[in-house]
Amino acid sequence: MVRVEEPAKGGFSFDLCRRNAMLEKQGVHAPKCLKTGTTIVGLIYKDGVILGADTRATEGSIVADKNCEKIHKLAANIYCCGAGTAADTENVTDMVSSQLELHRYATGRNSRVVTALTMLKSHLFRYQGYVSAALVLGGYDVTGPHLHAVYPHGSTDTLPFATMGSGSLAAMAMFESRYKEDMTKEEGMALVAAAICSGIFNDLGSGSNVDLCIITKDGVEFLRNFQQPNPRTYVSKRGYSFAKGHTAILSTKVIPLREQVTIEEGDGMAE
Amino acid sequence: MAMFMQQQTDDSSFKKNMLFRGQQDQSSALPSVGFVPAKSPTTHTQYPYVTGSSVLGIKYKDGVLIAADCGGSYGSTLRYKSVERLKAVGKSTVIGASGEISDFQQIMRYLDELTLKDKMWDDGNTLGPKEVHNYLCRVMYNHRNKFDPLWNTLILGGVKNGVKYLGMVSMIGVHFEENHVASGFGNHLARPIFRDEWKEDLSLEEGILLLEKCFRVLLYRDRSAVNKLQVANITAEGITISKPYALRTEWEYKAFQNPTQGVEGSW
Amino acid sequence: MAYWSPYDNNGGTCVAIAGSEYCVIAADTRLSTGYSILTREHTKMCQLSDKCVLASSGFQADIRALQKNLDARHQIYQHQHNKKMSCPAMAQLLSNTLYYKRFFPYYAFNVLGGLDNEGKGCVFTYDAVGSYERVGYSSQGTGQQLLMPVLDNQLQSASPLLLPSKESATPLSESEAVDLIMDIFASATERDIYTGDAVEIVVVNADGIRREVADLRKD
Repeated sequence: MVRVEEPAKGGFSFDLCRRNAMLEKQGVHAPKCLKTGTTIVGLIYKDGVILGADTRATEGSIVADKNCEKIHKLAANIYCCGAGTAADTENVTDMVSSQLELHRYATGRNSRVVTALTMLKSHLFRYQGYVSAALVLGGYDVTGPHLHAVYPHGSTDTLPFATMGSGSLAAMAMFESRYKEDMTKEEGMALVAAAICSGIFNDLGSGSNVDLCIITKDGVEFLRNFQQPNPRTYVSKRGYSFAKGHTAILSTKVIPLREQVTIEEGDGMAE
Repeated sequence: MAMFMQQQTDDSSFKKNMLFRGQQDQSSALPSVGFVPAKSPTTHTQYPYVTGSSVLGIKYKDGVLIAADCGGSYGSTLRYKSVERLKAVGKSTVIGASGEISDFQQIMRYLDELTLKDKMWDDGNTLGPKEVHNYLCRVMYNHRNKFDPLWNTLILGGVKNGVKYLGMVSMIGVHFEENHVASGFGNHLARPIFRDEWKEDLSLEEGILLLEKCFRVLLYRDRSAVNKLQVANITAEGITISKPYALRTEWEYKAFQNPTQGVEGSW
Repeated sequence: MAYWSPYDNNGGTCVAIAGSEYCVIAADTRLSTGYSILTREHTKMCQLSDKCVLASSGFQADIRALQKNLDARHQIYQHQHNKKMSCPAMAQLLSNTLYYKRFFPYYAFNVLGGLDNEGKGCVFTYDAVGSYERVGYSSQGTGQQLLMPVLDNQLQSASPLLLPSKESATPLSESEAVDLIMDIFASATERDIYTGDAVEIVVVNADGIRREVADLRKD
């Protein structure tokens, strides 16, 4: 009789999560992930949605990337800011982006924000918070402008303005004190930039530059490094020179390269 | 303060005697030496019961403003609604406290005694905000050294000899002076606004508006904040602490009416 | 439930460089807790005597208590000896003061810089419980790991193991040392989230003590 290995019933297996928790308890720690200790925000204004993000990625107390991109494209009319573990936010948005593309091929219609939202939350809920992605999802579809906050455990909010990440409180302070209904594009951009700057300057997990993404009925304006409020403060004019001989040479051996393969016919490998 | 210390030493020496007798009974053959066997570890309350939330403070053109609400939370229950968390010390200083209310009341007893003792010199000198701040820093730090913290973050402001003073001290003794300070949630929600909008020459009206703006944000986003606040104004002329009053808040945005409009199909 | 700890790390970086007739001591002015900035203008430096400056990072309340303790001891010393304490003597006093709290340490990471009895620059570097060493340059605090290799590369002070022993003072001139410090603090601020806002630089030489402040990134 042939035994067929049946897939386990009842959804996702948490065996490895339990093993990891056990190892952690015994003092074995998983390698540290790149975290985007982040400020990300979104705002609905008169004609659409504006998303914003800072550009600092941290690894513990060290800045790993001074100018990373946290606004991901899900579809031509839907973008998503990610906070949390960098790998999780990137992969979860890539997966949903690919599913949306296939969905468009299957239906022949433009993607809706609610579709992306449902895909994200069902994926995140399935993984019970172990996929640590906190997202601000924004887009403009046939039903109008939409803005959502998505939490790592899979819950979602539908809001006129949203903030996420370690700088969320600093950014929220700006929104709660300056928000008005039906803002113009200029007012909206200024408020989103102020919220991101508030995160950049008040939260140590956020820093460097401001990225903006404006989504309207007519298309998308992606303003990478819209503001760069943190240039390096000082560069030594003296410079640094490393004189020859800084590294001692202990011995020298030269191996001449021999031609190993001769091409007799056909073309060589293309560059 | 002295009274309190007295009680403590009395209490601990009593315990020590008890224990020592027990020890001597067990090892009466051993001569008593300098080394005192370790008694069971003394433990202290290291978590709060009734707590107050944020306190905000700013300097302005003519003095210092400090604001706090009147809530006292018992865990997540809003247990008390008329707690005064702003208190005057002497004629030129106001203290605002977040954290454990009973510890704050104890601190006020320390300060009453301190000012009384100081008055008894009858030398015409009074303690200014700088002196009181320094004293409080030592009190907080000494308690943390005994692993018996006073569970508060204190904000302290005043004017003396024409000099404005604003500082804070945490429950483990971290302290500093600044033009604007905030404790608790205010550190995350109010200080970003202060850093953006505070100016050296704010008028009294502008200063109060700035504090109210920050407080409104706290009302929206700090669940333990209460819409009943007091503002203390300290100038060279003296101290005024306002009666509690409420702020106007806005909950009528269109987007709040039917929040899931346009999200049909999701859950 | 809220968890209480008697310690906090308030961040920051300190550096000191000794030259043959000067000493440069520097520290940033950011005071932080967790991911929040408490203040952007908090000095980590303390002038202990006329030729001796202490820079410390770690837990601010402990640092302040330590500074007050040293100040008081110095006051007593002056009454007893009718002179200011020398920098090497202060270095030993600091070590003793730290070790006195061996089992409830001051969470303070110190560099002490100044001029020794011969007027030469000296730097002393410590751990939290008082182990110390005289060196040509040193750094302490959250940016230490970033700065130390650069200082090693640029200053190449002689190893204390070398025989016959060599001068530990760096070959840089005073202005070159200040320039190097400005540059490495700008670098540390780029990559260490706890370092920033401004750098305070104190130069001790035969003329006395000079202080300057330069801006750093505030994010």
